[in-house]
Amino acid sequence: MTMRSEDSVLDHYQAMELAVSALMIDKGYFTEADMVAEIDAMAKRTPDIGAAVVARAWTDPDFKARLLADGTAACESIDLDMGPTRLMVVESTETVHNVIVCTLCSCFPRMLMGIPPDWYKSKEYRSRVVREPRVVLKEFGTEPGADVDVRVHDNSADMRYLVLPRRPEGTDGMSQDELAKLVTRDAMIGVKIVEAP
Amino acid sequence: MARFAPGDNVTVRRAFPPGHVRTPYYIRGKTGSIAHVLDSFANPEELAFGRNGLPKRPLYRVRFAQSRVWADYSGPAGDTIDVELYEHWLESEEIT
Repeated sequence: MTMRSEDSVLDHYQAMELAVSALMIDKGYFTEADMVAEIDAMAKRTPDIGAAVVARAWTDPDFKARLLADGTAACESIDLDMGPTRLMVVESTETVHNVIVCTLCSCFPRMLMGIPPDWYKSKEYRSRVVREPRVVLKEFGTEPGADVDVRVHDNSADMRYLVLPRRPEGTDGMSQDELAKLVTRDAMIGVKIVEAP
Repeated sequence: MARFAPGDNVTVRRAFPPGHVRTPYYIRGKTGSIAHVLDSFANPEELAFGRNGLPKRPLYRVRFAQSRVWADYSGPAGDTIDVELYEHWLESEEIT
């Protein structure tokens, strides 16, 4: 059972989550230890995994082509555990700026980036980025030109999305590891660009 | 077999069934075009109630012009939104 502070009041969904997880454990679908292990495994995932994938795509044209054609298979080919995730990678270019959202809940490419930031799960981001994406991007300091198409991707069903951001200018001599350090979680969501060092 | 192909124009059904539905409200009744034919997946509307979700349903990535989704959209005409939609939510549409 997940421990909760005794002075917090459970809302409807928190109470339901506790009840359902207790029932699942009682009925033997999984154990409490399984649940803790799964939470721990997910907590260990960080955006560093996605950043390494992006840096590899920037430096290896063959990998990039495979990543854009079938994100799941390309990641598995470099020994990443994708679990049940079906990945689609969308490339930002001189003419297209991509940004991802899940308007229905908080779908996120967790196998590559871990747990989503709180703002990604907020009703404000989820409702506004589909309706006024350029205003939201500007609040993150990102201003695509009028000649750039802003393409919002709603993670509404079974695929998960990762933005392949543009490689910054002046990074030609950098190694994959050095490039990976430039790539941020927010750039892989698409609310920011990758800055040159 | 997928009924639609990339480039086909489709309109999202304007329906409001109860239950666990992965079609966002804001896109119902809107017209866009098929960007990608994805795989087929078990129907989440059935899975949510403990059923097997079979037969699997074709899933599409449908691209909508923002100006056709929001009447007051203020950005450039090229701005779009992509939404994943199951085949049973889509109807053929000819844009004239």
